[in-house]
Amino acid sequence: MSTPSIRREWQRFTLAEQLGRYAVYLFTVVAVVWAARYVEIIPEFLADAPAQTLDLFRRMWPFDWGHYAKSVHGALIETFHIATLGTLLAILMAVPVALLAARNITASRPLNLLATLILVSSRSVNSLVWALLFVAVFGPGALAGVLAIAFRSIGFVGKLLAEAIEEARPGPIEALTATGAPFASVITKGYWPEVEPSFWGIALFRWDINIRESAVLGLVGAGGIGVALDAALNNLYWDQVGLILAVIFVVVIATEIVSTAIRKRIL
Amino acid sequence: MSEAAQVPTAPRAALPASWLRRAGFIALGLYTLYAFSTLEITFDRFVRGLDQGAKFLARMWPPNVEPSKLALLSQGMIESIQIAVLATFVGVLLSLPLGLLAARNLVPAAVSWTARGIIALCRSFHPVIVAILFVKAVGFGALAGILALIVASMGFVSKLFAEAIEEMNLKQVEAVRATGATFWGVLFIGVLPQVIARFVGFAAYQLDSNLRNSTMVGIVGGGGIGATLFTAYQRFDYDFVLTILIVIIAVIMVSEIASAWLRRVFQ
Amino acid sequence: MTSAADSPDARGALVLSKLSKAYVAGKPVITDIDLAFSARGITAIIGPSGTGKSTLIRCINGLVTPTSGEILFKGARLTGLTGQALRAARRRIGMVHQEYNLVERLSVMENVLSGRLGYVPAWRAWLRKFPQSDIDRAFELLDAIGLADFATRRADQLSGGQRQRVGIARALVQEPELLLADEPTSSLDPKTSVEIVELIGRLAGARDIPVIINIHNVELARRFATRIIGMAQGRVVFDGRAADLRDRHLAEIYGGESWIE
Repeated sequence: MSTPSIRREWQRFTLAEQLGRYAVYLFTVVAVVWAARYVEIIPEFLADAPAQTLDLFRRMWPFDWGHYAKSVHGALIETFHIATLGTLLAILMAVPVALLAARNITASRPLNLLATLILVSSRSVNSLVWALLFVAVFGPGALAGVLAIAFRSIGFVGKLLAEAIEEARPGPIEALTATGAPFASVITKGYWPEVEPSFWGIALFRWDINIRESAVLGLVGAGGIGVALDAALNNLYWDQVGLILAVIFVVVIATEIVSTAIRKRIL
Repeated sequence: MSEAAQVPTAPRAALPASWLRRAGFIALGLYTLYAFSTLEITFDRFVRGLDQGAKFLARMWPPNVEPSKLALLSQGMIESIQIAVLATFVGVLLSLPLGLLAARNLVPAAVSWTARGIIALCRSFHPVIVAILFVKAVGFGALAGILALIVASMGFVSKLFAEAIEEMNLKQVEAVRATGATFWGVLFIGVLPQVIARFVGFAAYQLDSNLRNSTMVGIVGGGGIGATLFTAYQRFDYDFVLTILIVIIAVIMVSEIASAWLRRVFQ
Repeated sequence: MTSAADSPDARGALVLSKLSKAYVAGKPVITDIDLAFSARGITAIIGPSGTGKSTLIRCINGLVTPTSGEILFKGARLTGLTGQALRAARRRIGMVHQEYNLVERLSVMENVLSGRLGYVPAWRAWLRKFPQSDIDRAFELLDAIGLADFATRRADQLSGGQRQRVGIARALVQEPELLLADEPTSSLDPKTSVEIVELIGRLAGARDIPVIINIHNVELARRFATRIIGMAQGRVVFDGRAADLRDRHLAEIYGGESWIE
């Protein structure tokens, strides 16, 4: 944005837009004031918070390194499996929904809406809540975790995939249609090659997030390192807690580096 | 060119197969089988689970809309909204300086690396984990939830903000610098106008995200509707659980639409 | 002009009767087009932008549905076809596009083979198990367009002219009975434009396929087409041999009229 475009920008804002912006500012102020006034926070606790937090961190150090080999390592592997299997399952389920939601593939508005509803619902329910539901159905353990990750991820993957499909250039699609190709071939030979890089990027991105999500599912019994964390927290073994947090941190950073590197190469 | 001259001595490769891709897919398939076996997910368990699932769904329907329950629900939802609003407000406020300090084209390397380290720490831990820690530090209730989401907001918004600053047009900044402006002058006239629009976009997205997360921190004691949900869950009030889920989905859908509108208004 | 159906070439040819298309009601882009095309030769359609040339061509293979009128191809109706029948009809008509419209991430060979998608079941196409005869046809065409060494290169590594040649090969691998070209040279420099039109003419002529080509370069039309149709404001205002195209015709087609869509 150079200075000339700022001048242009000012001309661009109609009265309606200006009013909209002021309304937003006003609303923000009102919302924050309302929230601050009526939320139930005991001021003494707020004042005490920094000291308490520091105390907590002090109790975590030094980490209980020995604990790693005993329980953390196995749980970590399980977390990895939950995240990966969950992501794969989600991709499988998300592809048909994304095809239904993409307006350039499915012309029926009701179907588009239905697919969008599925995707929004999937995204709106946290993986933790999904985990609660699946633990109630399948019992505690990794199965609930995998399904929780999968069902949560459908919305994310499906939405981004549908957007990628809608951004596909119409030209090649038209050319393939003009050759008399059946619809399925137009999808596999026209849409898929264009969408493919985005597809892998989305998959990797979600996998990266799912590693993070899988770590906490154990807190409600859905397997993985969260179970070890839950145990340590309940017993107030802060040095174990510290170790587990450190391990999670390393894994998350490592996964992100790998995922970002691969995504850069693909795109 | 005569036909005879065109006939090659060996058949020409038309569609060479990519062995890397094939190997990749095979590896993925093998991994899936391996991981499923490690997690002791048998078909038998799954089938039993489906039966359980049907019973579970039956108990959830119809959703419970008793006035006393609805009162509890609205209380919890309001608290979640308050948590989200305050956490976004404070978190975004703190993200401004943190993001600026992390931008490599504005500050010396030592500063930016420290800031980036802080941001990485904020991002690596799932809000739920952070919430648990704050619950242990400052007690149950909304305060812990707000602090946890402030950390989450800082992790997300600062990173994107720093990237936006790094991508900005340097010529404008230099032009302002050339007039002899102080650091603050450069900041306000050269840097901020370029990135404010995107910053508002990030903030709107984070508000939406915090609203989602605020529904979840309650499960571990951070206040809001997550607590209501968890209590209902533990009491096997599954029909109330369904009501809560429906309300959460509805609120988040509204929030998504509002967030998209907000970003358009500020384009 | 005699009625299209009376023309001695009408049998075994393409006949457009009272073809009209209005994207917005009341504002037709083409009006009452009556044309007959014989089963050989190159017909160039010229005219300013927005005069409906593209719409006309796209009505033929159904990419645009006409508002009224009829199209007959070798006696069979093309208008109003859907589903399987439409696909079967489209297989017989090849098209070369203005922006080449190749699938950029696929190889040249895959792009050429995609012309056979109308003949190959979807699962075979997905697994790339094209019949050997299709692959042979593809190689033959790649040789003819001079890109045999590029078979395994990705399409986005090619220049504009090369891409359009692949587009021509893709259209011809269908073994069509009619070749349409919608402004195939608009995105190309003058020298390449000549090469492309010449290539289209030569390859189609060798295979005895009639060509209908939209072009806004009158010189190219004059040079390569046997018949020229001039359109202005959605109607045919000139229809005759290239040699008969005079300046006053060009004035009627191009001069003085508004050039907006």
